[in-house]
Amino acid sequence: MLHLTIEFSGGAELLFGNVKKHQVELNNDTKWTIRELLVWIKDNLLKHKPEMFLQDETIRPGILILVNDSDWDLLGNLSYELNDNDNVTFISTLHGG
Amino acid sequence: MPVNCIRCNQNRAILKRPKTGDAMCKECFFFVFEEEIHKTITDAKLFKPGEKIGIGASGGKDSTVLAYVLKTLNERYNYGVELVLLSVDEGITGYRDDSLESVKRNQIEYNLPLKVITYEELYGWTMDEIVKKVGRKNNCTFCGVFRRQALDRGGLILGVNKLVTGHNADDIAETIFMNILRGDIGRLQRCTSITTGNEGAIPRCKPFKYTYEKEIVMYAYFKKLDYFSTECVYSPNAYRGNARMFIKDLEAIRARSIIDIIHSGEKLAVKKDAKLPIQGTCERCGYISSMNLCKACNLLEGLNKGLPKLGIGKTDRLRKQYNLSPAYSLNSSMANLSLKSSQLSLNSEKDCNCDCGENSEKSCSNQAKNSNNQLNNKLETIVDLNF
Repeated sequence: MLHLTIEFSGGAELLFGNVKKHQVELNNDTKWTIRELLVWIKDNLLKHKPEMFLQDETIRPGILILVNDSDWDLLGNLSYELNDNDNVTFISTLHGG
Repeated sequence: MPVNCIRCNQNRAILKRPKTGDAMCKECFFFVFEEEIHKTITDAKLFKPGEKIGIGASGGKDSTVLAYVLKTLNERYNYGVELVLLSVDEGITGYRDDSLESVKRNQIEYNLPLKVITYEELYGWTMDEIVKKVGRKNNCTFCGVFRRQALDRGGLILGVNKLVTGHNADDIAETIFMNILRGDIGRLQRCTSITTGNEGAIPRCKPFKYTYEKEIVMYAYFKKLDYFSTECVYSPNAYRGNARMFIKDLEAIRARSIIDIIHSGEKLAVKKDAKLPIQGTCERCGYISSMNLCKACNLLEGLNKGLPKLGIGKTDRLRKQYNLSPAYSLNSSMANLSLKSSQLSLNSEKDCNCDCGENSEKSCSNQAKNSNNQLNNKLETIVDLNF
């Protein structure tokens, strides 16, 4: 199994029942990239408003993704292949003060 | 494949900078982030030694990072300014009360004085009460107009020389775009200035003018700064929301777009024959305004008289219909009429003994009160239908 820690912050947690930290296990028969993970999150963790999370099969612009505290823009974005015990963080920049 | 930092070439990069595309490690990112803001501050000569600077603090990411960075830079570079936090409490239960808690935590952590100014003390109305009256359609107009004045009035009470706000590069690009869409040339011209309001009100500066939202959020994340993030419980401003998503879409395709829009906005020249609104002062409260009555006084009069649509869009007809003094642009010929500049504070609206919401200087009879009440009842029915 592929063990991941998925965290939501900056307001993104509001789409996930206000739960910030999720421990998940994925069946690793096939390889998992962020692309597949986003769809899995939408189908399994997201509570409502999918358009606030995904847009055109990628993350909605304005939500930042970090893998193990590194900007996913440095890791190949959607095609980054997830490893066991990766920590994936989603931070919304879209929420005001 | 781990990427190394372009600056120190030693540590693993943690961030791709949107403005430049550079990969940077945490320490180098902190350094360049702070240095760029320092450069913005010194290039524009924002602060002078001895000045008192009010930081508009909402408890959100931008103002939290602003307070932290200004405190850091003030100590590092001896700006010699006195920093104070200024928060506006609009009176929105479940939103502002929570975010103010985060400001209060920052106040303790950064050891800065804090002043909270409320809509209730300034205007006699909380946003919760206003929404009950006006519904959920134009409430953001009230809130935006009232907030702008509230910061100035709070600044006056604190005796600050300048106010700084956390408006970032994304916000400014969004505002330029919105002003183009609305054909608002006056604001289009003003919105790119790093300092505004030199003409009388307390000058307002935006030290984050060139700072990307992504970097502000990343900075807060890596510094583990404590900020509050949630949507306002009342409906968000849909028009701004669209502009915002458009800017974010552009950024996703080409991150430099944001800084390029600001550059375009700064270099735009307004034709000489373009008619710009004349900036004067409100005859009722003395606040800067391009009308004889400022927007806040207009809205407030509407609230107090049970005419919540007053001040929203064109309201000449409504004013005439209910025999209210006319509101007009200072550009118009009526500006030549002699005006009584009463320079009253907003609170004096409440001075009237009969509690009709009328200004004490104006005639107020019980007769007027009764007709007002009848009016209120009628209008509430109309308003309910409209919203």
